[in-house]
Amino acid sequence: MPPDLNAAADPSDRLTPAQQRALARTPRECFLHAMVQSVPFLLVLMPFGLLFGVVAGEAGIDLVQVVGFSMLVLAGASQFTAIQLISDHAPALVVIVSALAVNLRMAMYSASLVPWIGAANGRQRALVAYLLVDQTYALSIEQYERNPKLRLDQRLAYFFGAALAMCAPWVVASVVGYTLGKAIPPELALDFAVPITFLAMIGPMLRTPAHVAAALVSIIAALVFSFLPSGLGLLVAAPLAMLTGAWVEVLTERRKAARA
Amino acid sequence: MNQTQFSDLTIWMIILTLGAGTYLIRWSFLGVIGSRPMPAWAMRLLRYTAVAVLPALSAPLVVWPNATGGELDPARLAAAAVTLVAGLLTRSVLGAIVAGLVTLYGMIYLLA
Repeated sequence: MPPDLNAAADPSDRLTPAQQRALARTPRECFLHAMVQSVPFLLVLMPFGLLFGVVAGEAGIDLVQVVGFSMLVLAGASQFTAIQLISDHAPALVVIVSALAVNLRMAMYSASLVPWIGAANGRQRALVAYLLVDQTYALSIEQYERNPKLRLDQRLAYFFGAALAMCAPWVVASVVGYTLGKAIPPELALDFAVPITFLAMIGPMLRTPAHVAAALVSIIAALVFSFLPSGLGLLVAAPLAMLTGAWVEVLTERRKAARA
Repeated sequence: MNQTQFSDLTIWMIILTLGAGTYLIRWSFLGVIGSRPMPAWAMRLLRYTAVAVLPALSAPLVVWPNATGGELDPARLAAAAVTLVAGLLTRSVLGAIVAGLVTLYGMIYLLA
């Protein structure tokens, strides 16, 4: 980069080589780049999808219904919640309300994507909404925050690349899991694939004291409120943790301003 | 033909309601609010969405794992701790997952 471009700029405006590479990508390249970056998530998503097929089969759900779950609901944690409650012989209304409560966090994902892709047209936003899962959200928001200067078409291409790489295998894996059925031994401890994925995403997110404080409150509140029915403890813990993060951020800024 | 206590019709009703409800949740802000600017306090809160939700999702699964019927399990507890610390140190999601799985299988093998 020619030095005169940066002469008057704030140092934080200067782009790193990685950011310059990201900005230079065509939408097609962004799409492919996202697919490549989805691979680590797939290593965990696939066993998780397999496991869904297995437990759904054990609960007595048929194959077409398994596909229906994975294509129409497309949300691991809530699919598992629904299957669990169906095999516990819970009433249909309890199944629906609990599994929806598990997904309420996605309203927050939806809101936090608005500043990045809110300018897209209605059809594009409708498609993003369908494909908005934990992993596509986590990967995309990380990419957008790391490269704030990406254009809208690059951001959308990146999101759809991640969605294709992760959502299609999810459906395939649940079908394969259903077919393999009980051949998967419990010693593989696939149950723990979910928490390990989530925990692996948390570490790299703890960038500031505010993030650490939010994560701590999130853990404590989730455990304290775990007596609430499935999914509802999360709905108490997450807002508390968000408020904590925002509060610590304000305190940090104030301290910085006082020192300056 | 499914073998649950529900009829096929009820199972499909559950799937379709869940699908539609989940879609509306995902579409909510993206669909309705569009490109109108968000207030600063909202943005400040949203910065902490992921770090507020993911620990709350995982904490109960770590402390009361389904596989052990909710009993605290040393293998899973160790795997969780190693995954978190590896993520902090390496800043790599895949590295953390690998470290966690190695710990999990190693502990299950050692404790068996």
